Amino acid sequence: MNVDEIVNGIFSKNRRALARAITYVENELPGSKEILKAIHSRTGRAHVIGLTGFPGVGKSTIMSKLTEEFRKRGKMVGIVAVDPGSPFTGGALLGDRLRMEGFDANKQLWVDPGVFFRSMSSRGRAGGLAAKTGDVVKILDAYGFDIIFVETVGAGQGEVDIVKVADTVVVILMPEVGDDIQLSKAGILEIADIFVVNKADLEGVEKTVRWLRSMVMMSEEVVQTLSTLTHADEARVLSGEIFKVSNHWVPPIHTTIADRGVGISELADSIEKHYEYQRKSGGLLKRRSSRAKIELEEIILGEIKNLIKKKFNYTEILKEIVENKKDPYTVAEEIISKLCYER
Amino acid sequence: MEEKKIRVVLAKVGLDGHDRGVKVLARFLRDAGFEVIYTGLHRTPQEVARAAVDEDADVVGISLHSGAHMTLVPKTIQYIKEYGGKPEEMLILVGGIIPNDDIPKLKELGVDEIFIPGTPISTIIEYIRENLKKKKGSINER
Amino acid sequence: MMEKDEMLEIEAKRREWEEKCYKDWLKKTKAKDEGFESLSGIELKAIYDPSDVAHTDFLRDIGYPGEFPFTRGVYPNMYRGRLWTMRMFSGFGTAEDTNKRWKMLLREGETGLSTAFDFPTLMGLDSDDPLADGEVGKVGVAVDTLKDFEILFDGIPLDKISTSFTINPPAGIILAMYTAIADMQGVPREEIRGTIQNDMLKEFHAQNTLVLPPEPSVKIIVDIFEWGVENVPKFNLISISGYHIREAGSTAVQELAFTIADGMAYVEAAIERGIDIDKLAPQLSFFFNSHNDFFEEVAKFRAARRMWAKIMRDIYGAKNPRSWWMKFHVQTAGCSLTAQQPLNNIIRTTIQALAAVLGGCQSLHTNSFDEAWALPSEEAVRVALRTQQIIAYESGVTSVVDPLGGSWYVEWLTNKMEELAWKYIEQIKKMGGGSMLRGVLKGIENGFFVKEISNAAAKYQREVEEGKRFIVGVNKFTIEEELKIPILKVDPEVQRRQIERLRKIKAERDNSSVKEALDWIKSAAENNENIMPAVFEAVKNYATVGEIIGTLKKVHGTYRKPIIV
Repeated sequence: MNVDEIVNGIFSKNRRALARAITYVENELPGSKEILKAIHSRTGRAHVIGLTGFPGVGKSTIMSKLTEEFRKRGKMVGIVAVDPGSPFTGGALLGDRLRMEGFDANKQLWVDPGVFFRSMSSRGRAGGLAAKTGDVVKILDAYGFDIIFVETVGAGQGEVDIVKVADTVVVILMPEVGDDIQLSKAGILEIADIFVVNKADLEGVEKTVRWLRSMVMMSEEVVQTLSTLTHADEARVLSGEIFKVSNHWVPPIHTTIADRGVGISELADSIEKHYEYQRKSGGLLKRRSSRAKIELEEIILGEIKNLIKKKFNYTEILKEIVENKKDPYTVAEEIISKLCYER
Repeated sequence: MEEKKIRVVLAKVGLDGHDRGVKVLARFLRDAGFEVIYTGLHRTPQEVARAAVDEDADVVGISLHSGAHMTLVPKTIQYIKEYGGKPEEMLILVGGIIPNDDIPKLKELGVDEIFIPGTPISTIIEYIRENLKKKKGSINER
Repeated sequence: MMEKDEMLEIEAKRREWEEKCYKDWLKKTKAKDEGFESLSGIELKAIYDPSDVAHTDFLRDIGYPGEFPFTRGVYPNMYRGRLWTMRMFSGFGTAEDTNKRWKMLLREGETGLSTAFDFPTLMGLDSDDPLADGEVGKVGVAVDTLKDFEILFDGIPLDKISTSFTINPPAGIILAMYTAIADMQGVPREEIRGTIQNDMLKEFHAQNTLVLPPEPSVKIIVDIFEWGVENVPKFNLISISGYHIREAGSTAVQELAFTIADGMAYVEAAIERGIDIDKLAPQLSFFFNSHNDFFEEVAKFRAARRMWAKIMRDIYGAKNPRSWWMKFHVQTAGCSLTAQQPLNNIIRTTIQALAAVLGGCQSLHTNSFDEAWALPSEEAVRVALRTQQIIAYESGVTSVVDPLGGSWYVEWLTNKMEELAWKYIEQIKKMGGGSMLRGVLKGIENGFFVKEISNAAAKYQREVEEGKRFIVGVNKFTIEEELKIPILKVDPEVQRRQIERLRKIKAERDNSSVKEALDWIKSAAENNENIMPAVFEAVKNYATVGEIIGTLKKVHGTYRKPIIV
């Protein structure tokens, strides 16, 4: 399959072309940039949902149940799950979280043509995603999936990259997982658009919900919003029912028992509402613009780095800096001025 | 440009639950730098084929100890085709208790190699590295 | 065991020997003194002496066979009275094919039957289920309804022969079928003997016949206990199995520990139900693997017996000495067989079988040398059976009870196995907050058992790959060989014939009675009642295995196992 065949294949819903395009992009094979250029005009239509949380909270179960739910609602669902990969050997074990064992497990997900599941290795990268997850999401988007799930590695630490790709970030917790400090430090509370407390049949669920509620209430935006509300509105806020009380979205807190499907359809409703809200409030545009900015800057930086590597003798330059012959600021200014003004 | 990682889909097809070999293999392939997608137990040929296509597998390793290989292996290959994949561009490997007589038959049906119990894993790794680049028309051809 | 002065003298002498004699010799011969360990990774010294068992009390810890703690055997005279049961695991194709093979084995001197079922039956699927395609009759006999059992036991008198059934999720159905055959043959139910494996916990750890979730699986097992103690008092209602745990790659210590942990979990579940422990205990049996490390295996068997006796008497308060017995079946290690140079497997099997006998097993299956290739041929099965017969009738090892008892090494290793197994058991108990039942369920839920076993399997494989462990014919003494072993092929027509029979039965049976019985199973399951009376009714009316298991799946759901590599 060459690049043209791949691009045309994506547009004509050829599954192998889709799978191959991802391989190109993930491995930065020659032609991957061309693929991304060609599909760009068709992106931006899917609702990208990020799922993150500590290990063992049931992210994969929730994702598979949500997939079933959105399929029932007639949506095509693409899934990208990121698993840890070794920075040393480059090897990885992938996709084993969503794909449960047992001959009745996930039957629908396995062979439903309206579901596409792809695993990616983080290849040793921190942040919860692989370097190319965003590009893979674009390919799925261009192919025509309505919903795209992105599941982070799930190591529980600093997995905040998900905000760079997702329109809606769902943070999943369970009763008694980690202590409050651990959760706060993990940095995932701030990025949540929706909270889920899964395994709600376990003891301690009220405590976790109460604590989350206090966290949500403490955030500055919410304090502002709530000052305008009456006590009766509070319940509606927490259920996610109210989101247009002001200009602010108040992250609802859902409880689920995912392996029994309890709470899933309510969660799906909430996810759809968030998207609606984001579109109407302009939040979506804002998020996507800032994402485009980050992406553009990354691309530019990457290109510049490549140029520098091509045009300058890096080893020599670095040596001068280490030997204190030159300082890095001066060197940087020299390089930039040469790049900009000399041809 | 990064090096193209070799993606391996490992699967237990059918009803047998003997997963010691395939799980140990999954670990060793990972440690050898491969990206391994292990699909777990009790998969049907359709399910394995779907994973092979969607994951753009370079290698599909099917493990079975149930004696059902003459039914389930050809079906898996057939479904890979049906789902738009090209089994001839993949390395299709079978591991498990496979009687001698069936080995040429499986090869005729499109299986590249059969590994019987006791095969050193280093042999399998070498085999994949050597033979993947010989696959005509595939992304791995060198 | 010994006077204190004498012990001090021995210890002093030993130190002297080590310093002068042993180390000098090592230096002179440039021999190594490290890296000697058992197959389970227990570090081994060059020699053992009384100081290694200084804390072992002969009467308390070793004693005499037939008496607590049964380290030396459950019967006072062991094989002098009766040999172990030579029980060859066998079954393939249709009931007719297996009936014929069984009759051949009985003619050849086998003394008990052991049934291998095909995968669809093991998983509770009918032969016409789409998931059964290609698997019907392949690794064992296909059983859909009581009709298949009628053919299977045609001409086999249930009052003379005991039968073992390797079956788990459908164990209750199979027990009901066997009981129904006894009724038909006019053999009183109290007289029938045999074993159903019926051990679901180890399926979650290792063997992976996954159908219902763990908790309802245990509930049904206790149903079978409750029904079995009343109806078939001579039948082993469970075979608590370490065999599969070992096959999945565990060490001997893990095999021992996890099996006993499972056994404790079942006993606790039965006590919770209100079953009299002394009534149930004689109907519990065990099943172990016998692998290549001869002494380690013997020690494992001895340790297992001693541990179980203590557990039943001291932890669960069983009063009847008969309840303290651990009776067990052994199978030689399937995972030790090599496809390369297959005749070598006969030797491996012989060593493993000898360990089982010296460890005091009650019944034994010896693997056939061609099993790394396919189901065993008749010739290979015969050699395997002959292996047992030669040990029994020619080797002389049966004349003395526990002939390895008192060997300092074997006693030390027996203690060591026990000590390491208790550590695991304590860990599991802690996971369960003091309950072994909860601890084992927790360990299934959080992947503890699977991880422990997988890690051991990977470690072993790494040692083989790195040449630290040798497998003759595989990574040492290899040859180029063309293999010509006659291989049993199952008739490809089996599936079609079996489906035809199933259709015929479904057409001829009284379908309203079937439906009634299945509804009864459903309501019993929903209302947390014992399902066995309803299962027996369904079986008698020719309900299929798939229909009965399907009904239970509707109530309890199916188990989904997280993948842990």
